[in-house]
Amino acid sequence: MSTDLGTLRGLAHLARLEFDATREQQMLGDLNNILDFVAQLEGLDTTGVEPLVHLSQEVNVLRDDEACNTVSHQDGLRNAPRKDSDYFRVPKVLE
Amino acid sequence: MDEATLAKYQPVIGLEVHAQLLTHSKMYSADENEYGVAPNTNLSVITLGHPGTLPKVNRTAVEFAMKMGLATNCTIRRDNLFARKNYFYPDLPKGYQITQDKTPICHDGHVDVRLADGSVKKIGVTRIHMEEDAGKSMHLAGETETLVDLNRAGVPLIEIVSEPDIRTGEEAYNYLIEIKKLVEYLGICDGNMEEGSLRCDANISVMLQGAEKFGMKVEVKNMNSFRNVQRAIAYEIERQIAIIEAGGEVDSETRGFDAASGTTNGQRSKETLNDYRYFPEPDLPPLIISDEWLHRVAAELPALPQQLYSRFTGELGLSDYDASVLVDQKEVALFFDELSRLTPNAKAAANWVMGPVKSYLNERALTMADFPLDTAQLAGIIELIDAGKLNYSVASKQLFPHLLDHPSANATGAAESLGLLTQADNGELATLVQQVLAANPAKVEEYRAGKKSLTGMFMGELMKLTGGKADPKLANQLLRTALDG
Repeated sequence: MSTDLGTLRGLAHLARLEFDATREQQMLGDLNNILDFVAQLEGLDTTGVEPLVHLSQEVNVLRDDEACNTVSHQDGLRNAPRKDSDYFRVPKVLE
Repeated sequence: MDEATLAKYQPVIGLEVHAQLLTHSKMYSADENEYGVAPNTNLSVITLGHPGTLPKVNRTAVEFAMKMGLATNCTIRRDNLFARKNYFYPDLPKGYQITQDKTPICHDGHVDVRLADGSVKKIGVTRIHMEEDAGKSMHLAGETETLVDLNRAGVPLIEIVSEPDIRTGEEAYNYLIEIKKLVEYLGICDGNMEEGSLRCDANISVMLQGAEKFGMKVEVKNMNSFRNVQRAIAYEIERQIAIIEAGGEVDSETRGFDAASGTTNGQRSKETLNDYRYFPEPDLPPLIISDEWLHRVAAELPALPQQLYSRFTGELGLSDYDASVLVDQKEVALFFDELSRLTPNAKAAANWVMGPVKSYLNERALTMADFPLDTAQLAGIIELIDAGKLNYSVASKQLFPHLLDHPSANATGAAESLGLLTQADNGELATLVQQVLAANPAKVEEYRAGKKSLTGMFMGELMKLTGGKADPKLANQLLRTALDG
């Protein structure tokens, strides 16, 4: 299993990750090593084996519909890099 | 565009409707689900996307989704998983939306939509799944930054996806109205498109009549009223046909509707590479719906518009038109439904509700919940009229307004104390009939010479003399006897 530079760049964009362009080939090599490691699973015979999504046996962990604000307005905004008295402020999304 | 060109093409439309659920708390956290409060006040560490926090599913939201599925004839999935839909946007602090991907809670249903010509069209419902809303981003003119309010982040949503069964803007409009009625009757969403509690995206393509392969699909967003959905679809169908007629190809893209110009415009997409990398949500265990749970929720379903419509047109014998008007609003339908059980005269009950009652509410911009009278009082008025004890115009012009001002009075008592009841006395009315005839000898001659249309004039004179209190049936009978003598 191997992938190409285009996919690497696409993934980096989707994950909003930046890396030094001179290390692209090295990154690609690492990514392919990871994929090859996981690809070993493809060699196993999984006929008749149900997909396992969760390791835990728990089901239906539900909450009653009772409302309670647990973080205040001030505390909620406190860690934001940019804010005013009402809002989080972020770089302009639309031109 | 000319009819002949339009007729060459077959539009194919599917709608995706998001409905905000009327729960008290959010989908995966306990902070309040409340519209119109100060920005960034309904918060929790989960809504804020803080690391190390765990979501927990709102049981009521699940039940609301099940109700919508049952109301749209869907199969309810018993083994549910949640999924992560990954994308970066400032109004989504976690970096992913928790939704359902391959296991929507409801699937393979349909909605019956009544069209203008009276026919009923079955629109398929592909799926309904549960998810959470994003926060609100504000791009204000003159601001160098975007403002983010997270009150809406995490509000429970259901997304109702239709099959591409819709062919016209009118069908889309009627389908959407039907969805709005269902969520309102179920009490799971307030159905307000203008405020965004109900939102609609349309997938639209056109193909030559008889073609087997659908044309390129365009997704239209930003249609914030029911009529705008119809307008946007009509515009988009013609735009696509014009491109194809000119030898071009329709781009598969997302377009926004501009209500002012009535046109759609290409939008830059949120995520250039449209790859949400869905995977099962590891923080939420599976949701299993047992028979017992499903039966309990099914038993809680209220009467739905289709059932009331069937009762009104069937058992009560109302016209399709009357029944449609009555079921249009839940509160009105339920009021009428109750009223119809207190009087044998369903047609009169329908006329009262659609006439004087609705006028009263409309003039004052009130809703049915504010209507001061109860169904027993209205049934009382109808009973007096049907018994010939009260004349309709006196009832609507005098007794009804009096009762509205004195909502604790009952119809018979009020009519008696105001002296509105008809003079049932045969002898007295007969004397008045003779007076009317004596006062209009020339007209009597004309009538007897064949001008029967004068009956109305005599009736009017007689009503004047009685102050409108004559039983119309009796008065008519006495007049004819005297005139035809």
